[in-house]
Amino acid sequence: MNPLKTLTAAAVLLLAASGLAQAGAALNAIKERGFIKCGVSDGLPGFSYADEKGNYNGIDVDVCRAVAAAVFGDAGKVKFTPLTAKERLTALQSGEIDVLSRNTTWTSSRDSAQGMNFTGVTYYDGQGFLVNKKLGVKSAKQLDGATVCVQAGTTTELNLSDYFRANKMKLTPISYDKSDESAKSLEAGRCDVLTSDQSQLYAQRIKLAKPDEYVVLPEVISKEPLGPVVRHGDDDWFDIVKWTLFVMVNAEDLGVNSKNVEEMKKSANPDVKRLLGVEGDKGKDFGLANDWMAAVIKQVGNYGEVFERNVGQGSPLKIQRGLNALWSQGGLQYAPPVR
Amino acid sequence: MAEPRVPHSNLPPPASTVGVVGWLRRNLLSSPLNVVLTLLAVYLLLVALPPLLRWAFLDASWSGDNRAACRSGGACWVFIRVHFDQFMYGFYPDGQRWRVNTAVLLLVLGAAPLFVRAVSSQFKVRLGLGLLIVYPCVAFVLLKGGMIGLPVVDTSQWGGLLLTLVIAGVGMTAALPLGVLLALGRRSRLPAIQTLCVTFIEFWRGVPLITVLFMSSVMLPLFLPAGMNFDKLLRALIGVTLFQAAYMAEVVRGGLQAIPKGQFEAAAALGLGYWKTMGLIVLPQALKLVIPGIVNTFIALFKDTSLVLIIGLFDLMNIVHNATTNPEWLGFSTEGYVFAAAVYWLFCFGMSRYSQNLEKHLHTGHKR
Repeated sequence: MNPLKTLTAAAVLLLAASGLAQAGAALNAIKERGFIKCGVSDGLPGFSYADEKGNYNGIDVDVCRAVAAAVFGDAGKVKFTPLTAKERLTALQSGEIDVLSRNTTWTSSRDSAQGMNFTGVTYYDGQGFLVNKKLGVKSAKQLDGATVCVQAGTTTELNLSDYFRANKMKLTPISYDKSDESAKSLEAGRCDVLTSDQSQLYAQRIKLAKPDEYVVLPEVISKEPLGPVVRHGDDDWFDIVKWTLFVMVNAEDLGVNSKNVEEMKKSANPDVKRLLGVEGDKGKDFGLANDWMAAVIKQVGNYGEVFERNVGQGSPLKIQRGLNALWSQGGLQYAPPVR
Repeated sequence: MAEPRVPHSNLPPPASTVGVVGWLRRNLLSSPLNVVLTLLAVYLLLVALPPLLRWAFLDASWSGDNRAACRSGGACWVFIRVHFDQFMYGFYPDGQRWRVNTAVLLLVLGAAPLFVRAVSSQFKVRLGLGLLIVYPCVAFVLLKGGMIGLPVVDTSQWGGLLLTLVIAGVGMTAALPLGVLLALGRRSRLPAIQTLCVTFIEFWRGVPLITVLFMSSVMLPLFLPAGMNFDKLLRALIGVTLFQAAYMAEVVRGGLQAIPKGQFEAAAALGLGYWKTMGLIVLPQALKLVIPGIVNTFIALFKDTSLVLIIGLFDLMNIVHNATTNPEWLGFSTEGYVFAAAVYWLFCFGMSRYSQNLEKHLHTGHKR
């Protein structure tokens, strides 16, 4: 461990300890303040970006809005702080933000040494390949001897060489600093394949002159579960962020969406009744209003709506649900029941 | 019998030495090497220019308000037009942008007399000092608000060219005086002051700006008590100012060292103390000498402001980058960066021309 890392780790531990001493304080502080401070990305298509009017959009942004709807009953009560990849954990540790919703991969070291709590998975991502249809490649296993464009100095590069070595294939990587450059080289034919996280590949594909001639291969060679993060030690707050996500998934599961939420309140299904606060007092347990789950669904939507609107068929990215489909439809999105 | 020689005093010079041909021969074709270089340059221009012009103008899309308007294959200037306000003001709220315009207008009006020759220099000095002290306060109140009935606009909403100008402006106006003091300090005979200044200068010159910004945004919050945060922009401003002051100090020191000893002695003979010697005799000459160096530092600073993108501040560069990540506008990064480059160039070129003008104006026979 180098000195800087040791120093950072020490500082983090100190912060974690001070956080522990005032558990539960975070939620009160947020309620007193009147809005949520949410860390988002400094620009990632479909996940968080500001449009020409300066409004933030994306899956990660909607998660923050949903949490605001849960706590305040108003999805607008959130202040976004755009953060770079390097700053994001510090910003959370130092209390500059309450929740980090910035395409951050859930890993063991972040969960333990870095004092984070991942509240769930908003998007199951993984490294994939984008190829020209003309190559006739149907599977990544056929990429022996391929020239691959990859972003320099990222885990993407490491995963790539590991995958090729494991499958005993020959690899010629070309590294690029910027994603724009690698898209241009793929187009110019300097490389056969472009590798990156799948969610990015769809964005890369739009940048090409003829997007339809390129296809994202089905193989995913790494696990990148992305989710919102909170600090260690604020359990009440952790529960709220975690369950906001679960509510959105449950809502999709039960067929409740932002448009039919009022009608569904009359539903005979006890699961729906509990979800929408018609029955029981699921709000009190969290220290929130009894209909907080309904507010989340009404103002932001269920998981499927958020997905389709930002990265799915309702967006230019047109990403398939894939792993992010509900568990009942062959995907991984599964939420514990509300009861 | 030889004819008498009649001088043709009224003959024109040979056609090959005047006019367009003469200019071409003199400047482009004066030797075999130059002929080759000229041909090469012409060839490169022929290869590069037509596609560039076609992309930037002939095939470009200018009208419309979404990406569907950009199917012509040329540059999509629609992208710039749609985002223009954002590139200028960042996330500054729509209804409040008049405040930014007012601040800029005030600066232009206030500073205009400084550039008019007819205005007396005494007035200029007073006005300049007034601007230096009063204007930042006025501009701060206008931009930030929270006083005199203006709603608060958090600095996190400042962006685009506005933010670039704020960082560059504050950096320049704060770094120059600080740099002068440091330069004087470094040449001081008082060991404590000298050591302090040397340490300061060498420390800040020894680290890259990007590290300074990074430390201010990533490490600093870890050492502050939890929950205590001070403004990210302020952190960046302090970092940039201290960094540039160190460079400025060395530039000014170069000027100070160029002043002959006789000037100091003459000042001493007149009975002037240290501050009067420096203020009336040495610094005016020294600063005039190092105008190119000072402007050089300013230009470097102006361009360095784009580094704040690594700490997530949305200066011109970063706001352009952000716009290119909007799924509705993916794939127009070239246009975005060309626009940003043009804006940077405009400002830097402006500064450079002004400094040349200033040098000419202040030219008092010291140049050879």
